[in-house]
Amino acid sequence: MTAEQIIFLLVALFTLGSGFMVVTTGNLVHAALWLVATLFGVAIVFALLNAGFLAVVQVVVYIGAIAILFIFAVMLTRKDMRDQGPQMNRGWWVGALIAVLVFAGLFFLLQGWNGLSRTAAAIPAGFDAVAELGNALVSPDAFVLPFEVASVLLVAALVGAVYVAFNRK
Amino acid sequence: MSQWIYIGLFFFVGLLVPVGAITVAWILGPKKPNPIKQATYECGIETVGDSWVQFKAQYYIFALVFLVFDVETVFLFPWAVKLGELGMFAVVEGIIFILILIAGLVYTWRKGMLEWA
Amino acid sequence: MSFWKDPLKVAADWLMGIFTGWGMPEVAAQVLISFLGVLILISILMVLDIFLVWVERKVVSRFQDRIGPNRVGPFGLIQPFADIIKLLIKEDITLTGADKVVYNIAPMLSMMSVLILWAIVPLAPTILSVDLNIGALYIIAAGAIGTLSIIMAGWSSNNKFALIGAFRQVAVMVSFEIPMLTMLLIPTILAGSMGMNAIIEKQDIWFVWLSPLAALIFLITAIAELGRAPFDMAEGESELVAGYNTEYSGMKFGMFYAGELLHAFTYGGFLASLFFGGYRFFGLEQVSPFLAIAVIIFKAFVGYWVIMWVRYTLLRIRIDHMLAFNWKFLTPLAFTLLIVTALVNALLAGASTWLYVTGMFLSNVALAWAALEIARSYGHKEREKTEGMKKVVTPSQGTP
Repeated sequence: MTAEQIIFLLVALFTLGSGFMVVTTGNLVHAALWLVATLFGVAIVFALLNAGFLAVVQVVVYIGAIAILFIFAVMLTRKDMRDQGPQMNRGWWVGALIAVLVFAGLFFLLQGWNGLSRTAAAIPAGFDAVAELGNALVSPDAFVLPFEVASVLLVAALVGAVYVAFNRK
Repeated sequence: MSQWIYIGLFFFVGLLVPVGAITVAWILGPKKPNPIKQATYECGIETVGDSWVQFKAQYYIFALVFLVFDVETVFLFPWAVKLGELGMFAVVEGIIFILILIAGLVYTWRKGMLEWA
Repeated sequence: MSFWKDPLKVAADWLMGIFTGWGMPEVAAQVLISFLGVLILISILMVLDIFLVWVERKVVSRFQDRIGPNRVGPFGLIQPFADIIKLLIKEDITLTGADKVVYNIAPMLSMMSVLILWAIVPLAPTILSVDLNIGALYIIAAGAIGTLSIIMAGWSSNNKFALIGAFRQVAVMVSFEIPMLTMLLIPTILAGSMGMNAIIEKQDIWFVWLSPLAALIFLITAIAELGRAPFDMAEGESELVAGYNTEYSGMKFGMFYAGELLHAFTYGGFLASLFFGGYRFFGLEQVSPFLAIAVIIFKAFVGYWVIMWVRYTLLRIRIDHMLAFNWKFLTPLAFTLLIVTALVNALLAGASTWLYVTGMFLSNVALAWAALEIARSYGHKEREKTEGMKKVVTPSQGTP
């Protein structure tokens, strides 16, 4: 058990625990804050994988924009800030059944995989992840077309949001 | 990886300082709870109505527009890092990316989404 | 002699020798040394923070033509210590109806988000906590945590004014992050890297000469991010009581307040690093790291002075004007500046240094002039529209 594995286990436990709290807590704003903790745990996992750029992007976009959007949405639609809703609805046993089936499927698929006991291949020294990403995004035989299509996708999301969210008088 | 351990240490010590200061304050301060002291402050008089405020939808719209442009700008960072070495082709690609998103901003503007009222 | 050249390495090696002499495994010794280094840096920062309280109060008093604290100690220097003692022994009031956990965590997160910024500020060529190659984005990440702490503070206070103040402040902070991100892209393009040390290394010519408009927009958005006047929607003093920190007293308020001052100083440091050459000063930093530290602290203070100057001179802007200014003026201007910088950088890439500098500088000036002309003509049209409607109001008759 290397130190890296121990750290990963702790972070994974933290992330999963926060995720569990998101789903089970009664207060919606608390759920949003537990979501922030979960997203932060994922950012730490990215950092452990030497994907520093993705870790920082996770914090900037997910925590800095999406979590704030969630909190605003919760506050927009709740009459009382301390609203507590019931935790289970009538069909809870269907949800539990599907969860067990998915877990069994994942277990079955992963038990033949030997990656759980291997450590990751070492990244070559001098590998600058951000520069490689930059190269990949703009070189014609890499990802330039998805790069441009991503901008169109973002504008489409913006137009859709304008249409749906804007209250024309 | 050791870099991130350093940053983790910064987070830890950065959290330790305010926690320590607030704990010291909690230990040192008097504890005399009193309902008037603990009541919500509203310009020095009794509160009027619920402490709930109709949340203005416009905040949500601004956060939404911010989200789209945040993701766009984050995409531009790897592009910017490699810009010096890649020549005109990369510059034009990036400019097309930015122009498409400026078109989105202009659309939002013309639709009146960026008004506060 | 080598201590003066590279103090951190010398100290770290000496400590490592001691710790391994005690039988500690090397990894643990490494972590412990790092921990000690972080602790020392943050202790120095907190002392600096205390000093900044004094600076702020003296400067504001001079702007307002009065003397400021001068009773407690010579020139009022012991005033901040008196303030700290007062804040420490104040009662820790727990509000009725406030959400206890969130209410208590918010000031801690606020202060933490400022302290973690100092991980990437380069103090000297050899003294740098973490040479993160994504330093520019890290600034925004720490700002995101600060934004979150403001929402938490406003929401958990169970107070209408705190809530409104928090929402407005977050809307402003979040909106002004877009021009700031774009302006962080400009030093990245000019230096070819996001790491703060790399950006400073490439500043043989300070980036402010290459892109003055970017420095200006970065300053404006930094002031908005800090929540200081003229963008201080949160503590719209006399508007919203004290905004999101209405219900905070004692050390929790102290954390918000001290955090804000330290944040302003940190942004002064970033302005210096990104645009004004950081610790470089015509080769002075090669002589000794301590001189480099002195240079960057001096530049950070100059930046902090400008931020204070703006605060105590300009009036608060209305929230809708603020947001309109951001989305309709600053954001298009920032993106246009980005396009122009990328183009000029590519076109003049092979040219001589003087041509490059002049080309970039003039393109910035031309863009700024064009933007101001557009704003001016728009203002003219608005004024003509309202002037045309002026004669509609008839004078009231009757009432004496």
